[in-house]
Amino acid sequence: MTLPSSSQPKAAAIAKSGDVLLEVRKIAKSFGAREVLKHISLEIAPGEFLTLLGESGSGKTTLLRLIAGFEQPGSGEIWMSGERLDTLPAYKRRVNTVFQNYALFPHLTVEENVSYGLQVSGAAKTEIPVRVKEALQMVKMQEFAMSRPAKLSGGQQQRIALARALVNRPKLLLLDEPLSALDANLRKQMQGELKSLQRELGITFLFVTHDQDEAMALSDRIALLKDGGLEQVASPREIYAHPATSYTAEFIGQTNLLRTIVENGVAECGSLRWSTTQPLGDVLFSLRPEAIHLSPDGPAPVDAVRFRAMVRQQIFSGSSEHLELELAGQLLRARIPAHGPLSGEQEFWFSPADAVAVRE
Amino acid sequence: MYSRAYKWIVSLPPLLWVGIFLLLPYALMFVHSLWLVRDGMIVHEWNLQNYGKLFQNPVYLEVLFRTMRIAAGVTLLSLLLGYPLAYYMSFHAGVRKDLLYQLVIVPLWVSYLVRGYAWKTILGSEGVLNGFLQYIHVTKEPVGFFLYSPFAVVLMLTHIYTPFVFLPLYASLEHIPRNLVEASHDLGASSRATFLRVILPLSIPGLLAGATFAFVLTLGDFLAPLLVGGPSSIMIANIVQSLFGTAYDWPLGAAISVCILLLTISLLFLTERLEKRWSFR
Amino acid sequence: MVLPMSRASQNVSRSLLLGIYALLVFAFLYLPIVVLILYSFNRDGVGGFPPKELTFAWYRLLFNDAAIWDSVLNSLLVAAGAVVLSLTLGLLAALALDRATFPGKSVFRRLVLLPLILPGIITGLSLLMFAVFAGLQLSLATVFLGHGTALISVATTELFAGLQKIDRAQEEASLDLGATPWQTFWRVTLPNLKLSLIAAGLLIFTLSMDEIAVTFFLIGRDNTLPLEIWARLRRGITPEINAISTLIFAVSVILILIWYQIRTRTIGKEAQELLERP
Repeated sequence: MTLPSSSQPKAAAIAKSGDVLLEVRKIAKSFGAREVLKHISLEIAPGEFLTLLGESGSGKTTLLRLIAGFEQPGSGEIWMSGERLDTLPAYKRRVNTVFQNYALFPHLTVEENVSYGLQVSGAAKTEIPVRVKEALQMVKMQEFAMSRPAKLSGGQQQRIALARALVNRPKLLLLDEPLSALDANLRKQMQGELKSLQRELGITFLFVTHDQDEAMALSDRIALLKDGGLEQVASPREIYAHPATSYTAEFIGQTNLLRTIVENGVAECGSLRWSTTQPLGDVLFSLRPEAIHLSPDGPAPVDAVRFRAMVRQQIFSGSSEHLELELAGQLLRARIPAHGPLSGEQEFWFSPADAVAVRE
Repeated sequence: MYSRAYKWIVSLPPLLWVGIFLLLPYALMFVHSLWLVRDGMIVHEWNLQNYGKLFQNPVYLEVLFRTMRIAAGVTLLSLLLGYPLAYYMSFHAGVRKDLLYQLVIVPLWVSYLVRGYAWKTILGSEGVLNGFLQYIHVTKEPVGFFLYSPFAVVLMLTHIYTPFVFLPLYASLEHIPRNLVEASHDLGASSRATFLRVILPLSIPGLLAGATFAFVLTLGDFLAPLLVGGPSSIMIANIVQSLFGTAYDWPLGAAISVCILLLTISLLFLTERLEKRWSFR
Repeated sequence: MVLPMSRASQNVSRSLLLGIYALLVFAFLYLPIVVLILYSFNRDGVGGFPPKELTFAWYRLLFNDAAIWDSVLNSLLVAAGAVVLSLTLGLLAALALDRATFPGKSVFRRLVLLPLILPGIITGLSLLMFAVFAGLQLSLATVFLGHGTALISVATTELFAGLQKIDRAQEEASLDLGATPWQTFWRVTLPNLKLSLIAAGLLIFTLSMDEIAVTFFLIGRDNTLPLEIWARLRRGITPEINAISTLIFAVSVILILIWYQIRTRTIGKEAQELLERP
């Protein structure tokens, strides 16, 4: 199922075939009885940083491996730059992969690892050292050219894996959770380096991760996968502000899901009521915790929805408070600026504009 | 965590045993090699004549070289049979891998004697192979060289040692992370290039281990020539055996044994160093 | 340019060729055994093709052959002794290699493992010289000595691999809870090694039953089974030998399959590799 990508102009211009680098058409894949990918279609624009985000089992890694050529689709096609890709064997595709566990060749030096792709494709002998040096400089690992992978740390191996892939100037770079094995600080640092590298080189990156913070930090667009299907494909800001489904709303960031009954343009959820353009019926709304404000903190807009709730739990986290509120038996999460201890019943409000209708 | 008493208790008995029943016997053998036989009796006169006899006697030398040729042949053939088998099982067999592995080790542990005897019955002039060839009218008369020839010895020992070569090879191949193969393909190498550049180099430790095993054990084998070899297939260990038997010259036999022992140890050292060099952990 | 054949189908034809080759290798490995079994039922005994008539006559002859069964008994005695001796010393050696450091440890390790790769004739002859030196009469006892010495290496290898698999923390926990090292050994270490011990024992038993090269030089008046068969082979072939060989094969197969089941339940890939290296 294709969801319209409704974000930045660059991605929106994909309508023209000249602006599509990779096209996944109705790809389905099963392993035995298990359907891992359910007729997915997706387009990737040249030069963009697209992230496949999802839980384990969502199909994101399988999709990546299909594009790399390590698996064959059950049905559907993959096209790159106007030519059929899925019928090509892996070693003939202008696609390179950075593996999750780096997959560096233990019996070769760093230099030999990086030059591997150039060696097997028969690049000119004089050109190889030059390009290898260039690639190592890009990842700041020049001094390690003669080392063996076993002697390097995780972060260093990761850079070499990157250099080894990039030196071949692929049209598309696939990254299979490359940062998951690194500790938190190193991870943040590598995220920044990856992002600036991608901007600098202009190579299209297809990144796989289960970490939504990482996805939001790095991507031009996020493709959220769930159980083999695409939930939503949009830019990070768009996907955060306008989640299409309750799954999306809960997976990316935190949210409160309000079940309402809409009648005559009014959504009603317990004692909460607000105007909405949603049609008659049961509608689910997503309300982010930061959209709930404490009344005494400041003025509210005219159409604000006010309510009183019991503060059940308060967790201080530096610049903000995470509150757990109870309202007529329902639990709500709120995030307000640092306040000092609160207790008992307090008045809160939110703006109807912040309540986003989502599908189930 | 382990007290000194503990370490002494576990180390002492095996050390003693190894000392008495391995080191001492080897030492005795070495000492014997320095003695002589005169008038059918062992004489304790220290000398190096036995070693001279070994390297100056053209018959002994010929047998030695033949033995080396046979050992090399067996090793090579075992590799030719064992490597593709191991490769197939590791990379292409999928779920049947385990069952096939059991099928390989079964012949391995079936009696050496039984298997040698089986070849004897197959290759003889009245044997199954000749009978079969005559039955399908490929030959009219029994072919002589199947049995009681170096051919038979090589065949039988290849049969014995192929599984021995297979085992460490298969272990080495299984140890290669599959994502290395994928990475190689990803970088543009065909299956053939991937095999030559990635799989083969990483399988060398297993290959060396298996090859050494086959070579050394064939070198010291005396049963195969007696079973299926003939006078033309005598190997160096047969000479040793007869020197301890009817040709009664223990010192000379000991000298040749010492040479075999030293050769084995040096080969082991060599392969150990090579394996270290080719093992990347 | 798109290639007509996808990688999947290239892989299939390569698989097929390799598979056929593998099949041929298996055929080579099993051919003699199949022939052996087939001809043990052949009325006309060994030789000729095809086998003419199937009969149990040779098996009946075999069961009435007292000498053979005497040698089987001898072999069993020696094998049982070898199992006990090798396992005990092998266990101690494995523990020593795993936990103790002393000068010359690597020499010790190499010595213990040497009989695995050394041709049996060398082991046999060196022990013969020892027997002469010590004034021992050649008999089943010397054979027992030979097997025990040669097979310690098998026990050590297998038990060392099993030891590696044990979580050190278990023993530490036992000590922490107040057990002495001796108690810890019996209550924690040994039970963890149970399967390794059984596997090693099976292996040693089988190898001892089949041992010829070392036995050849240490045998006295009483024959073990392999040497009894060997003696008869020197005299001439009788199909009775096919029959006994088939029986040996059947027993070996059962033992080895049991051994394999046990091993794959205990030892992981890394340790398995340790064993695979001679």
